[in-house]
Amino acid sequence: MGMNENAASRKLLSLIFLIGGAVMLVVSLIQDFSRSGASYRGALLVLGIVAIILGLYLFPTLKYHRRIIYIIFLFPLLFTFAVTVIIPLCLGIYYSFTDWTGIQFTKFVGLENYISMFQDPQFIWSILMTFVFVLLNMVLVNVIAFLLALLCTNGIKGGGFFRAAYFLPNLIGGIVLGYIWQFVFNNVLINLTKTSLLVQTRTAMFAIIVVYIWQYAGYIMLIYITGLTQIPGDVLEAAQIDGANPTQTLFRVKIPMIASTFTICTFLTLTSAFKQFDVNLALTGGTGSVPSFMGKYLTSGTQMLALNIYNTAVSKNNYALGQAKAVLFFIILACVSLIQVRVSNSREVEL
Amino acid sequence: MVGKERRRRALILTIVGILIAVYVLFPFYLVVMNSFKVQADIVANPISLAGASFGQLITNLKSVVNNSNFNFWRALFSSVVITVISLLLLALFGAMAGWVISRNNKKKWATAIYMVFIASMIIPFQVVMLPLVSTFRDAGNFIGIPLLSTIPGIIFAYCGFGGAMTVFILTGFIKGIPYDLEEAAAIDGCSPEGTFFKIILPLLTPVITTVTILNGMWIWNDYLLPSMLLGLNGQYKTLPVAVQSFVGSYVKQWDLILTAALLAIIPMIIIFLVAQKQIMNGMIEGAVKG
Repeated sequence: MGMNENAASRKLLSLIFLIGGAVMLVVSLIQDFSRSGASYRGALLVLGIVAIILGLYLFPTLKYHRRIIYIIFLFPLLFTFAVTVIIPLCLGIYYSFTDWTGIQFTKFVGLENYISMFQDPQFIWSILMTFVFVLLNMVLVNVIAFLLALLCTNGIKGGGFFRAAYFLPNLIGGIVLGYIWQFVFNNVLINLTKTSLLVQTRTAMFAIIVVYIWQYAGYIMLIYITGLTQIPGDVLEAAQIDGANPTQTLFRVKIPMIASTFTICTFLTLTSAFKQFDVNLALTGGTGSVPSFMGKYLTSGTQMLALNIYNTAVSKNNYALGQAKAVLFFIILACVSLIQVRVSNSREVEL
Repeated sequence: MVGKERRRRALILTIVGILIAVYVLFPFYLVVMNSFKVQADIVANPISLAGASFGQLITNLKSVVNNSNFNFWRALFSSVVITVISLLLLALFGAMAGWVISRNNKKKWATAIYMVFIASMIIPFQVVMLPLVSTFRDAGNFIGIPLLSTIPGIIFAYCGFGGAMTVFILTGFIKGIPYDLEEAAAIDGCSPEGTFFKIILPLLTPVITTVTILNGMWIWNDYLLPSMLLGLNGQYKTLPVAVQSFVGSYVKQWDLILTAALLAIIPMIIIFLVAQKQIMNGMIEGAVKG
């Protein structure tokens, strides 16, 4: 009897929630569409959705209960993901073929945005600078991080302190770091360099790379340390017994054994360098003159791709063009990721 | 002989290590030390302690904290609220979704959802940020809940953007939990949601720590997303946005800028000192799995 009563009251409660939720949802949607817009309609919508979820949860069914729980559990993340990633991505690709102003668009322009961005010397220059930056970083960050990892794993005293100290800059966001280093270049190092390194495009690019290595090498070092400490001790012992000197051990044993770590770190530095925005913005703001490139005088010599996209849309108010550049940026990164998957799979790595 | 040689090598390596540490930590030293000085002393003598005094630190702190563009306590509060709530929701929703996906991994719909999440991890923020702002503006106007320039709006966005990586790491972990455990609970009459909250969720503590560290480092330091969704001069600013907005209006005022930088980095340094090991391990695991 108790069970039956319980089930009956549960059914009633479930129906109340379902019907109440549906009513609230419909009322708020009618207001949305009729644009009568009472201020409580947002709260009504949220309450309606919550009530429907509760009603579904309480719905007395043994057969479908598990399925209902699965749907409720997936809903929050799938919904936020769809609204913030999938819908804007589709809209963004669509807008890149229009004359979108950030608010509305009037017509399709076909490939016009894509054609005009390649006619802009500043954009070509930004792409070139990004590739130079990415390649130099990939090599330098990995070499320096690997050397630091060797240093920290070589029986040095206080290894834990050094690890933490080298990793420390990675905790700080790029905006804050950028301004700190702007101070270092403009007010401290200027005593050595006479003019600030940030003034000329070439030295300013060098400065961005220095700051980026300073921020990132400690993190990559941690991953190399993990790789190095996972090499089985007996392998190193065997190498020693065979009479291998430290250099031979390094090149013949250690480096081949952590090949997969090199793959991980290479692609990690690659993608993060591509997306670099904060340090670029805070350190130089993209400024730097280029006397002549493709027959034009450029004023944003240190502006890399991510910053170029942002400035095109937000500062110059050219949303459609900025969006088209962003789509190209996405395609480049997608290619890099596909290559990464290929390389990792062909190695059949496991870590 | 060998021992002596080895000791000498260790000494040289330690000295090299110390020199690099000095280089790495030097900018931090500059920030701290120059926060104790007036602008004139900073410009005249940026490296030495000359002119540094506690009184000046207090003066600098006061003018920065009360500055209308920086508004430190407000920015700190916004940053903490946004980061903490986003992390809690991401951990909970991520675990829920990860559990459903891993328990249905033979089914096509679950595989499809998982694949979409993984594929989405290559999407750079730049390609969605402009339509995201317009979507949030339009959707907010439509349903009557403002999503732009509000804290619920940005938390919603972080749940969406952090979801993929969170689900990826959590699903991998949950797959390793034996299914027998849940079957036994089901036979004892435990409901599926009860099984999840009472048995699975407590087992996830280590991996939730990892994703929380990864997401936390990202959300706390993120600049582009809050600058787009909250605006540089909006009602709410996170710390990085406040720093950017502050520096924009006080160019070259290094006494104020460096003090602001000091305030902005202190919370993260404190957390690092408390949870150093967890943070470094979390970052490593995230890299290796991601």
